[in-house]
Amino acid sequence: MFRNQYDTDVTTWSPAGRLFQVEYAMEAVKQGSACVGLRSRTHAVLAAANKAASELSSHQRKVFRVADHAGVALAGLTADGRVLSRFLRSECINHAFVYDAPLPVSRLALRLADKAQVCTQRSWKRPYGVGLLVAGLDESGAHLYYNCPSGNYFEYQAFAIGSRSQAAKTFLERKFKGYDDYTPDQLIRDALSAIKETLQGEKLTSSNCTLAIVGRKDDGTVEPFEMIDAKRVQEIIDSMEAAEETPVAAAEPSSTQEEDKGTDAAPMDI
Amino acid sequence: MGRFDPYENNGGTCVAIAGTDYCVVAADTRLSVGYSILTRDHSKIAHLADKCVLASSGFQGDVKALQKNLSAKELVYEHNHNKKMSCPAMAQLLSNTLYYKRFFPYYAFNVLGGLDSQGKGCVFTYDAVGSYERTGYSAQGTGAALMMPVLDNQLKSPSPLLLPARDAVTPLSESDAVDLVKDVFASATERDIYTGDKVEIVVINRSGSHRECIELRKD
Repeated sequence: MFRNQYDTDVTTWSPAGRLFQVEYAMEAVKQGSACVGLRSRTHAVLAAANKAASELSSHQRKVFRVADHAGVALAGLTADGRVLSRFLRSECINHAFVYDAPLPVSRLALRLADKAQVCTQRSWKRPYGVGLLVAGLDESGAHLYYNCPSGNYFEYQAFAIGSRSQAAKTFLERKFKGYDDYTPDQLIRDALSAIKETLQGEKLTSSNCTLAIVGRKDDGTVEPFEMIDAKRVQEIIDSMEAAEETPVAAAEPSSTQEEDKGTDAAPMDI
Repeated sequence: MGRFDPYENNGGTCVAIAGTDYCVVAADTRLSVGYSILTRDHSKIAHLADKCVLASSGFQGDVKALQKNLSAKELVYEHNHNKKMSCPAMAQLLSNTLYYKRFFPYYAFNVLGGLDSQGKGCVFTYDAVGSYERTGYSAQGTGAALMMPVLDNQLKSPSPLLLPARDAVTPLSESDAVDLVKDVFASATERDIYTGDKVEIVVINRSGSHRECIELRKD
């Protein structure tokens, strides 16, 4: 990005009608490590690539549970993300207190977007430097939203943000049309494959990615938002790699936990 | 015209008994106003956390608000600490929440029961403004004065001057404690007009919580 005379204040327009500070904030999102989200009609999955500052330190938390029915994955200034997660949690609790019902995901995304917009129109503030993928389940099914530092938000079938997210987006663009009918296991596999694309050669293990899912099962019971524990993630990764090694024609996932309903192992046969 | 009275007593009684590895919390289900019954089927019991159950008698409007308040605070705790609140932690929170409204109190007489972090039964008993104490058993509400003497007779440990020191929690088995609860409710129902209809008994132990409803006299 280029330094110029219209980028000092967030409240200064450029002659071309741009707010450079907001655009710089969006750059911060692109610098963060990758996050991926995708959804079917009934389930939404979030995955994040974990980046540790050094070998000695722990990695930053990028996926947060916001309520039983929703969670976020973030990329960018994780400190800003932590504060926004706390805000989202409090919004969900307050809504449930007043209405005795979970806050619909679209309204959650809207609250977040409105909060972000305020920071683009106050001279004493700065935009939040974090992009959030908001995934959740409500009466109208599973949803995935992307909230931008600019205050814009869109609903997505699948999306990726952060560094090298274009590789993940390319992967997702090929398959997203079928996602509505995907089983939760298929969603998880595609999320992991998408994250793998962003690692560019580095081996995908349970220690460099985080995975979370929320959804409603066929029988109507709700699976609340929760992170999938590292052991299970590693099992899924292992079974994905095992399936890759067998010939494409017979690409049946060999995992013992699989109970594929109807459609065969779509993720692997490309 | 009289001044608006923000409070109302909906009657009812709550009891809890702590055992070595269980806790029994019980409350009747009658909701009254004056000499009338509004409903025979109202639960006074709220499950605040895994091993923590609150039974409250008094003004049910305040009780409902208090329960919602505590549930919301418990959720915030879960988000911040990545675990559900323990019973002793909830006990302190309840005390603070009640005292917060020291000058416009929650008209709620509470008994909190559950398992502590060691898995032992614990019972906490409160007044309306948050003074609390951990005990082995307690009763609160309109029938409490009828029940406490019986509970004292059956459960009270001998003087602490006696050696070796005896635990506050009762050595009674879970089923004996439940039977005792049924008996005290049956007794209180006889003479307290606000107690009756049904008693909801919740037992919390290592494997979770279990609920049963026993019929009481409906007069």
